[in-house]
Amino acid sequence: MKIAVCVKQVPDAAATKRIDPGTKRLDRSGEGSLNPVDANAVEEALRIRDASGEGEVVLVSLGPEKALDSLRKALAMGADRALLVSDPDAAGSDLVATSALLAKALEREGADLVLFGQQASDSDGAVLWAAVADRLRLPLISQAAELTVEGGAVTGKRQTEFGYDVIRAPLPAVVAVADSINEPRYPSLKGIMGAKKKQQDVLSLADLGIEPERAGTTGSRTEVLALSDPPPRGETRKLEDDGTGAEKIVEFLVEKRLV
Amino acid sequence: MSVVVFLEHHEGELQKGSLGILAKAGQLGGEVAGVVLGSGVEELAAGAGRYGASTVYVADDAKLEAPLPQPRVDVLAQLVEEKGIETVLFAQSILSADLAAGLAARLDAGLNWQLVDIATQDGAVVGKQSALGDSVLVDVGWTSTPRLALFRAGIADPVETGGTATVEKLDVTFQEHSLAAEMLEQAHEESSGPSIEDADFIVAGGRGLGAPEGFGMIEELAKALGGAVAATRAVVDAGWYPYSAQVGQTGKNVSPVLYVACGISGAIQHKVGMQGSKVIVAINKDPNAPIFEFADLGIVGDVQTIVPKLTELVRARKG
Ligand SMILES: Cc1cc2nc3c(=O)[nH]c(=O)nc-3n(C[C@H](O)[C@H](O)[C@H](O)COP(=O)(O)OP(=O)(O)OC[C@H]3O[C@@H](n4cnc5c(N)ncnc54)[C@H](O)[C@@H]3O)c2cc1C
Ligand SMILES: Nc1ncnc2c1ncn2[C@@H]1O[C@H](COP(=O)(O)O)[C@@H](O)[C@H]1O
Repeated sequence: MKIAVCVKQVPDAAATKRIDPGTKRLDRSGEGSLNPVDANAVEEALRIRDASGEGEVVLVSLGPEKALDSLRKALAMGADRALLVSDPDAAGSDLVATSALLAKALEREGADLVLFGQQASDSDGAVLWAAVADRLRLPLISQAAELTVEGGAVTGKRQTEFGYDVIRAPLPAVVAVADSINEPRYPSLKGIMGAKKKQQDVLSLADLGIEPERAGTTGSRTEVLALSDPPPRGETRKLEDDGTGAEKIVEFLVEKRLV
Repeated sequence: MSVVVFLEHHEGELQKGSLGILAKAGQLGGEVAGVVLGSGVEELAAGAGRYGASTVYVADDAKLEAPLPQPRVDVLAQLVEEKGIETVLFAQSILSADLAAGLAARLDAGLNWQLVDIATQDGAVVGKQSALGDSVLVDVGWTSTPRLALFRAGIADPVETGGTATVEKLDVTFQEHSLAAEMLEQAHEESSGPSIEDADFIVAGGRGLGAPEGFGMIEELAKALGGAVAATRAVVDAGWYPYSAQVGQTGKNVSPVLYVACGISGAIQHKVGMQGSKVIVAINKDPNAPIFEFADLGIVGDVQTIVPKLTELVRARKG
């Protein structure tokens, strides 16, 4: 089985995310890390590859060149190689443009299965896979919390607003996984050492045969017009537990006449 | 301006979320149409007239029976192109999100999500997006038509206008890949026992409980407070607690007088289901957890030590 996993570098969880008022884009200058739930997609890919006894797990990403630092974490987990689409003209791509670029890169790979994480922590979109599936003209299963690959098809169980769905799709297919699907492994020391030497290709738009107009701001169909502060929240109190956390809560509940 | 709202339905009922968006769309000025896709849904479609749709487009086909997005992309793409629809609005749901994004790719159309409002400003359509964990409000626009928008769950209530709609049937042709995925099973879990939707006190557990057994102490605290137990999607998906207890975008909407969140990060999809709670208390060991941004009282600490002690103190207090 050849499995492609779409992964993204996002601003590190510990950093305060902000949109640059000048460029009106997410400020990506700080430290980046692998989008946390994408590690679940990588883990699932590794399990499927290893269960099938052969094949390859290829990471596919769109982002600035420093995104390679984050892809290396997934390589250290055990992915075989990485392909990063990176080009100054691709910066600021929205859903339409991003899906077009990733679909082009994925077409080159021709994987049996294309996996996505459940959502990027910077975009909160949880939508990209559906756009990519349409461009690749492949069947889609989203939000899968369980996955089995068998007899040339993939079957996923997922939660909806009403209960559970079980959906089957013939391979090749696009699948987005929920973060409850597995517990991502920690990279071993050997994995970390080996990651650097694994194949990491950086492709420009020209390499992919994509005109610059299809990417970045010109390839996008949405725009950010203005930024403002959200409506003020009520007062919030945050206390470090110094051993009296439970007491503090009870005092608060008494004050609010709730107990 | 031609506006169409995708009307989702489940078990013979139009969903409240999409009817709310129909009302929201009315505020843009001009007529609003709805679109209903499914099998045996014509009558249902006509019902949307009562909530403000002047026209309802219907595609009725056995291939649209299962709530899968891809065949719906085919139908909506045809509708938008044939009628020259300029704006298509969706209420957030698992189905709508996949449908909207598939349609965006098919039509090369802009999609803005997490919208909490939409308005016409100086002749242009502008969406209000709540972004980066609700830390910033972004005015978003579209640089071409059609414009696609996904609204956050629960941002608008349906309004009964008492009108009637003209029902217009759509012809459908499907693409091969759109019919390749197949719904094998749909299980609808109903809750047993008292519903969390009616509870005044809720104690909720998330992945921070560490293991399914962690819900033991959550149940104890809920009992001491005289309330019910809720859970996040992460733990429901992991099989730690039943689906009927799930709060959030893909679960229930609750608004108790007290919501105690234990080991819950406070993701947007959870927040939308419980932010209506009168008082929110959170226990989480990560000081940067988003839940602290909207909890009235947040304790940075370990649920394993705090929760049992809290239960004891509440019991003692109640005598
Ligand atoms: C389309 C879609 C729909 C969704 N619908 C829903 C929904 O309806 N409801 C929902 O809840 N989620 C939903 N989600 C998932 C949501 O995005 C989050 O992934 C989920 O809410 C996280 O659950 P959690 O807080 O239990 O887990 P995590 O995000 O893993 O958080 C666990 C928290 O526990 C803390 N913790 C760990 N150990 C301890 C300890 N010992 N003591 C104290 N704290 C500890 C950690 O610091 C962390 O903040 C949806 C996601 C998508 C993409
Ligand atoms: N720039 C990107 N490059 C590669 N994969 C991405 C990118 N952005 C998002 N993804 C994938 O798409 C999923 C959903 O992203 P989103 O729809 O933006 O929330 C993520 O979990 C990733 O698997």
